[in-house]
Amino acid sequence: MERNEILKKMNVIFCDVLDNEYIVLTDATTANDVEDWDSLNHIQLVVAIEKSFKIRFNSQEIQSWDTVGDMVSSISAKLN
Amino acid sequence: MKIFSQLKKNLKNDFSKLRPIKVALLGDTATQLLNQALRGTGYDDGFNLQIWEAGFNQIERQIFDPASELYEFDPEVVIVFQSSHKLLSKYNKLQPQYYSTIAESQLELVNNLCSAINAKTRAKIIYYNYAEIDDAVFGNYANKTDQSFLFQLRKLNYELMLYAAKSANFYIADISSIQNQAGKSAMFQTSVYINTDMVLSIDVLPLVAARTVDLIGSIHGKFKKCLILDLDNTLWGGIIGDDGLENIQVGSLGIGKAFTEFQYWVKKLKNRGVIIAICSKNTESVAMEPFEKHPDMVLHLDDIAVFMANWDNKVDNIKKIQAILNIGFDSMVFLDDNPFERNIVRENIPQLTVPELPVDPADYLEYLYTLNLFETNSFSGEDVERTKQYQTEAKRAVIQTSFTNEDDFLKSLNMISLVAPFNKFNTPRVAQLSQRSNQFNLRTVRYTEGDIEQLIQQANVFTYTFTLEDKFGDNGLISVVILEQEDIDTLFINTWLMSCRVLKRGMENFILNTISNFAKQKGYTYLKGEYLPTAKNEMVKDHYLTLGFAPVDNQWLLNVKDYKNRKCFIEAK
Repeated sequence: MERNEILKKMNVIFCDVLDNEYIVLTDATTANDVEDWDSLNHIQLVVAIEKSFKIRFNSQEIQSWDTVGDMVSSISAKLN
Repeated sequence: MKIFSQLKKNLKNDFSKLRPIKVALLGDTATQLLNQALRGTGYDDGFNLQIWEAGFNQIERQIFDPASELYEFDPEVVIVFQSSHKLLSKYNKLQPQYYSTIAESQLELVNNLCSAINAKTRAKIIYYNYAEIDDAVFGNYANKTDQSFLFQLRKLNYELMLYAAKSANFYIADISSIQNQAGKSAMFQTSVYINTDMVLSIDVLPLVAARTVDLIGSIHGKFKKCLILDLDNTLWGGIIGDDGLENIQVGSLGIGKAFTEFQYWVKKLKNRGVIIAICSKNTESVAMEPFEKHPDMVLHLDDIAVFMANWDNKVDNIKKIQAILNIGFDSMVFLDDNPFERNIVRENIPQLTVPELPVDPADYLEYLYTLNLFETNSFSGEDVERTKQYQTEAKRAVIQTSFTNEDDFLKSLNMISLVAPFNKFNTPRVAQLSQRSNQFNLRTVRYTEGDIEQLIQQANVFTYTFTLEDKFGDNGLISVVILEQEDIDTLFINTWLMSCRVLKRGMENFILNTISNFAKQKGYTYLKGEYLPTAKNEMVKDHYLTLGFAPVDNQWLLNVKDYKNRKCFIEAK
């Protein structure tokens, strides 16, 4: 799966979990850029992404991301 | 069942019309998402749970400090969630010689927490039991030594049940049972635990919340009282009208086993006090035949309170059953294998619970186990007798039609009532009636056994229970009245409630005669009544007017000095 495809799919998940249809994700997006993306919602995002892509992150990975781009890289590595 | 994100979307809805209940949530792990799941689930069940959540890991601090925010919040329900993981880390830190004591010391802590809560509030306590963790240190031998964590955890769960059985205010939310059903891998997700210190996975939150809200609902009088069953392919395999008595499937062979086990489940519910009714499209005599003649039938006609087999549509038949039993549709469950019938019933009686039975009868029971349909918050000897009482009620309905004069009919019943104050023998039944009565209930104040024990101690509070017996049978304890001295002239009727199965027998007159004479004897001048409307008690809107009370400022007054006994055909025992 291409990075931009992953990003698109993630965007849908973010909109759904955070219940906000105006979110636009880029590789450079961080938690500070998105309203309501706090640690509690983060774990729900992670679980939703795991389900949607049928993958599992390990605990260190989840803590290592700084940007949406980092998340895309993690997902991409697992899918390809 | 809704998933967590759907429950969360509920939080944006309007809660203002729902019944508010103040709930305190205290956990030794992160509970923010559980909080959201509880509130979202409450919305779907008609509750506005106003949840105050304690800071992280503040159970002891909030409960033992009498000036804490917990007590300032003044909750009606306190949820205490001590996790297996925190228990395990306590165990891990112990010197080995203390391994075998952890269940006991945890139980003592629970007891101390409850005593502290009970000393400061009248809140009900909901305690989560412990989902099993096997740390695999002893292997199977864990079952053979009290040193093992598994041994201690299971002992603790067992001891908690014993503790709950003797503590009226203490209820267990059985999350261990949820783990047994969902599996540990669904219950607990390591990445969630490591990153947020939550011990419940996102996926299991709705199950835990449902289990908890079921319990809160039952404490507040919301539970199922009646199970309505279809017959063909629901209670037995095959169609009795086509296949005949010898060919229906029930017993120990093949798929018959599934129906037999299902019938045993229904029988246990009946023994617990759930009313069983039949609703089937069949000729009555044909439908009754298996109950009378089939050797493998577990259920017999005397297990069934109302038997409705005819060729009318099921919606009308269920309405008839409801009219005979006189309970709300929202307290009834309807099981039918036919999706078409289920949909029609669901569409026409939306308050009724109509589970989506699986296609394969072998799956019926396992599916029904997951629904936790029959939550209750009490169990007493009366429950066991309930079916018989409804059956005699049906008989009375037949006899009544043969009398043209109501007085003659009532006289012919030879009714006797035993009047007694609350005592330790009738407390469970009083509590139960207070939880269950929705229609004939003037103020709908709910009392638990714990509340009643406190009431008995109070001076200037006078309690009454009434039984009703007649030539057809004993209805048991059917009415409760609580009088409170308001001033030296006036007794206030804090509670007047009655079981709807004894309506129209003149019980109201008998009760008023009893309490008026008591008030007069004690030197009071007035009885004061009040009607607080709810969605369900419209029936008693004019109760006090009918009984001759005069309206005064939204309340009702009766001068007992000039009271003349009202007509009734009930003798005091």
